[in-house]
Amino acid sequence: MKLLYFAWLRERVGKGEEVVEPPAGVTTVADLMTWLAGRGEEYAFAFENPNIIRAAINRAHVKASAPVAGAKEVAFFPPMTGG
Amino acid sequence: MPVTIRLQSADFDAAAEAALLTRGRTDVGAVVTFTGICRSSEAGAPVVAMTLEHYPGMAEAEIARHVEEAETRWPLLGVTVVHRHGRLLPGDNIVLVVTAAAHRGDAFAAAEFLMDYLKTRAPFWKREERPDGTIWVDAKSTDAAAADRWANRPQAAE
Repeated sequence: MKLLYFAWLRERVGKGEEVVEPPAGVTTVADLMTWLAGRGEEYAFAFENPNIIRAAINRAHVKASAPVAGAKEVAFFPPMTGG
Repeated sequence: MPVTIRLQSADFDAAAEAALLTRGRTDVGAVVTFTGICRSSEAGAPVVAMTLEHYPGMAEAEIARHVEEAETRWPLLGVTVVHRHGRLLPGDNIVLVVTAAAHRGDAFAAAEFLMDYLKTRAPFWKREERPDGTIWVDAKSTDAAAADRWANRPQAAE
């Protein structure tokens, strides 16, 4: 699946997007964040407080409990500050 | 209903966008135009400039979902949303919402609804340049509260 990072998450991870193949045990968005946090210092820093991170699957907002099965594009970002 | 949604780095002309919604028609009795503008200070701290990052593809889709939602709540005759991205200076336009309806109550309510949701649900992030460095703007609880109140109010008062 394709992952996208925005705002300070992008800066902390050090890239805006990447393609990953999470292991079988990763079934929800929350699982995905936990798995990502274990991929290195920059990821641990980016995902140190998963409760404040928002996610979207295939360009629609989802909760952390949402399943990631079949997701083509998963995005992580801070709370939005547009308008 | 004519709907225009644009994300762009270029400036917009609020009056021209509003005129486009009423041109050649006689059923529109009310047009509300809201323009959000970059301020030179935030909570007392000077702002040199701000940069708006967005999620291309999702931003358009999310705004379109809220315009559709607005259309189910109020009898609207047209909506235009323009949101800028990139680096903006104090005084620059940021966002435009124009709503057209037969009556002002519907146009006012729909414009406020759209702005409240744009601030909390549309994937945009502001980074401010201050004299002592740059910071990502924190989401405000007051903005979240403003959006939440629509969840329990299906429509504007009759």
